[in-house]
Amino acid sequence: MSNASRDTETCAMEDAGAVAPAPGLEMQNPIMPYLRQERIPHIWCPGCGIGTTVNCFIRGLEESGLDLNKVAIVSGIGCTGRVAGYMNLDSFHTTHGRPIPFATGLKLANPELKVVVYSGDGDLFAIGGNHFFHAARRNMDIMVVCVNNHTYGMTGGQVAPTTPLGATVSTMPFGNFEDSFNLPFVADACGAVYVARWTVYHVKQLARAMKEGLAKKGFVFIEALAPCPTLYSRRNKLGDGVDQLKYFKEKSVIRHGANTKDVGLSFQGEIVVGKFVDRERPTWLDAMNEHFAAHFGDQYQPYGVHHG
Amino acid sequence: MNLTKADPKGVLTGHHFMDGDHAACEGALAAGCRFVAGYPITPSTEVVERFAQRIPLIGGVFIQMEDEIASSIAILGAAWAGRKVMTVTSGPGLSLMMEHVGLAAITETPCVFVDVQRGGPSTGLPTLPAQADMMQARWGSHGDYEPIALSPNSPQECFDLMIKAFNLAELYRVPVFFMMDEVVGHMTERVVIPEASAIEIVERRWTRKPPGEYRPYAAGDDLVPEMVKAGDGYRIHITGLTHDERGYPAMNAAAQKRMMERLVGKIRNNREKLIDVRGAHLDDAEVVVVSFGITSRVSGPAIEEARKQGFKVGHLRLVITWPFPVSVIQQLASRVKAFVVPELNMGQMVLEVERAAAGKARVISVPHAGGTVHEPQEILDRILEFAR
Amino acid sequence: MRTEVCKGCSYCLDFCPSKCIEFSKDFNAKGYHYPVLVRPEDCSGCDLCGLYCPDFAIFGVRLKDLEKRIQARHAEAKAA
Repeated sequence: MSNASRDTETCAMEDAGAVAPAPGLEMQNPIMPYLRQERIPHIWCPGCGIGTTVNCFIRGLEESGLDLNKVAIVSGIGCTGRVAGYMNLDSFHTTHGRPIPFATGLKLANPELKVVVYSGDGDLFAIGGNHFFHAARRNMDIMVVCVNNHTYGMTGGQVAPTTPLGATVSTMPFGNFEDSFNLPFVADACGAVYVARWTVYHVKQLARAMKEGLAKKGFVFIEALAPCPTLYSRRNKLGDGVDQLKYFKEKSVIRHGANTKDVGLSFQGEIVVGKFVDRERPTWLDAMNEHFAAHFGDQYQPYGVHHG
Repeated sequence: MNLTKADPKGVLTGHHFMDGDHAACEGALAAGCRFVAGYPITPSTEVVERFAQRIPLIGGVFIQMEDEIASSIAILGAAWAGRKVMTVTSGPGLSLMMEHVGLAAITETPCVFVDVQRGGPSTGLPTLPAQADMMQARWGSHGDYEPIALSPNSPQECFDLMIKAFNLAELYRVPVFFMMDEVVGHMTERVVIPEASAIEIVERRWTRKPPGEYRPYAAGDDLVPEMVKAGDGYRIHITGLTHDERGYPAMNAAAQKRMMERLVGKIRNNREKLIDVRGAHLDDAEVVVVSFGITSRVSGPAIEEARKQGFKVGHLRLVITWPFPVSVIQQLASRVKAFVVPELNMGQMVLEVERAAAGKARVISVPHAGGTVHEPQEILDRILEFAR
Repeated sequence: MRTEVCKGCSYCLDFCPSKCIEFSKDFNAKGYHYPVLVRPEDCSGCDLCGLYCPDFAIFGVRLKDLEKRIQARHAEAKAA
């Protein structure tokens, strides 16, 4: 990669006096090599936060030092399900709710790969909920990024397992009366080794979480709250994307290590963000190798481990 | 076609006494299958149990997933990481897997779906046989596609045909169904497993093109594209959406037409090559029993008895059931009086026989609700009705 | 800035720490006002706009990084 390294910690106050590049000096956006450029512009609406999470993912990827030829991204169906198709990686756009079991097969068949699942809240926690629980329980070595916009965007804004109580969505036209999932709590309870939540206002923290998640072995869960201005915000009279980011800014409280029980979301209420869980457990594959090595002794050739 | 010999590590050469489920597992191992994801379901579970037992020292992975939906897509992930893959189930599980049969078809992922058929619909008869998923194997997932299906009738064939199933999956890059039934799965017979050097294996159609030139869905005259796997630097995009040669979504009628014509064409153009039938007494036959799987073994005694009584009765056994061997039936239809079609369902493959016979010969269904096999006498009675 | 892919969400304007970006008077081909760097002297090149931009349209770069990159490009050209 020819891009200059980025310092995510810098802020505007440094480098005072910087000036615009000389006219006519054409430069490429350094994130472009990470994207399938011929597929941009993407399909997401103006003010949709998914693209911002992708920026953060790319920053995390850039700093991870991973060989990009060994990183695979798997998405399900929905707005966030389109992320895989824009990333210049081995990328798989699978079926609704099933990116995690696809990723499980991909990872187990070639443990050299870093496998990232990038999908939406409906995909991962409604139709795909069962797979999430079990992949976390097994500590499958994959990173799951869930862009949570509280609704089904692609199909027109229906109620999701993450829609806050009281929010209006097309299939809860008089307001949602179902309780919603507290995603970090679910991930924690199921055994994820890394659990973090940020919003797309917290771009630097989100990028850092992506980097940490990519470096972490085991089941990693990152929830990224993002606005859906076209459906969720409009129906709830919350303004546009920027207004929702301003809400994220005002109502977010950073509480690293918070008990995930206490980080549930309410309609336009307080948002606890931070890194909630960071622990170690043997991955499914490590457990299998360790167990078979103990059982079979020298007869057993550890799977997916390269020798010499 | 890239042919090699079987990897000896997976081949349990020798004479065995085993049931069809175990033999199917050995067939898969001999064929080079190194990744299985499955979920327990009677009467298929022995296949994955044996795989779980055998795979640690062969080198590969078995994982029992949380359901059949997960199993059927985990194998597709593993296939794109370069493995030969299979999942194993019975009717209710097959119903859950159908969306991923479609994903395998549209992404052209080589894979084998084993269905040890039991009585249905729904939970039906978990421990008792049927052949009632034949149309589901053909048409179960939405949209148009052309799968391949094989129907073994013995443990030996569970071994032999399983290798063929894997080879066909690689050759045509389609989901291949292995349509066993409870009786074939649980009957125990002699199974002879040859030396690895005597087993021909079709390797994946790996591309030799470098990343810049390779297009995942560009195909030559045979309409089957070359493949790569994740991690090789090709940065592929694989999607269940209608796609162009690059694999990129292409949401328009022209792209759909191009893709669909290739997806069905790669099988339809090879229909004659994909004929695998076994005939007996067909030369002089006036009545032909058309059967598959376990029903072929029940038909045998009925046919022999009819011949003993002086009737010219032949037997056509379908080994590859999908694509249906239309031309074989067509040829016979012009010179026989009738086809008798016994099957452990209320009449499924008989519809195909009728379609192919196109009114040139009578077609008689001998349905059976399942739960056990036909009495040969039931088949004999129907034969005699039309042979006289 | 790739004005043609901008959808005018205004993330970059609202979250620019030095408030040096404003909307254009013109529309792009899609009919959106796109951001323009109106106070280049205030821009630090922090690239927060790039991090926020959901459309991969805008990005910022620090001058010293830019110089490094240009030098690298020259070196590459020479080597070729």
